[in-house]
Amino acid sequence: MFAEYMEILLMFVKAFLVGGLICMIAQIVINFTDLTAGKILVYFMLSGVVLQGLGLYQYLVDFAGAGATVPISGFGYLLANGAIRGAEKGLFGAFTGALTAASAGISAAVIFSFIMALIFKSKSKKN
Amino acid sequence: MTGKNRENYNKNYIAYVNSFAPATHHFKNCLRAFGVGGLICCIGQFFRYMLEYLFGLSGDELAGTVSVLLIFIGTLLTGLGVYDRIGRNAGAGSIVPITGFANSVASPAIEFKTEGWIYGLAAKMFIVAGPIIVYGVLSGTLVGIIYWFLR
Repeated sequence: MFAEYMEILLMFVKAFLVGGLICMIAQIVINFTDLTAGKILVYFMLSGVVLQGLGLYQYLVDFAGAGATVPISGFGYLLANGAIRGAEKGLFGAFTGALTAASAGISAAVIFSFIMALIFKSKSKKN
Repeated sequence: MTGKNRENYNKNYIAYVNSFAPATHHFKNCLRAFGVGGLICCIGQFFRYMLEYLFGLSGDELAGTVSVLLIFIGTLLTGLGVYDRIGRNAGAGSIVPITGFANSVASPAIEFKTEGWIYGLAAKMFIVAGPIIVYGVLSGTLVGIIYWFLR
């Protein structure tokens, strides 16, 4: 029982360290270049795709769990992983795999954003 | 002061100012990004354990549900105006996690609602998320097709 709790605690520590490190790298890039948030997101997503294309990001996911999947590079990992898994079924699978894997995230972002836009008013435009 | 001199003077002055300002700034920014980013990932990890324990989810379903929950929280905090306040202090710590992606979708949707349903809310929704999806689909599918050839 004790060992189980320690394992869970260790997983949180790993998630914190890896997730924090990815964000810190992004912050360093922002500090030393003039990249905007949108460009940072695209580059980190692409790096996730490339790393998973080479089969490397999976190790990070196995090691750190949410620490690797929650940053936007995890979104790239998801896209590449979906496409690779689709490719095992055939060319059509390779074509549809990426968006199939990412559909939950994209649908959630669109639906929740729409609902929030219905509920809330813009804060910055009022004053 | 003549032209050349003035230019040098300005350059020296800028170098002088820069030598003071950023160093401490960089370090603090990085530390904040590290802390906030790590914390958001820990919340994700917490959801992973809870969903696994309570609903017995696993694999893709588990990962997808965690993303959906975090995106919901990201959009809700954006609507409440809390996420911008976090972002002002945390920098990349609030941009890079999936909640930052949610914020980048929800924020323009709320902001441009006044410009109409189609060209305002719906079109501006993808002002940041659009490029991510475009290059994500391109690169992801490319990886898939390469794997298909190598299979």
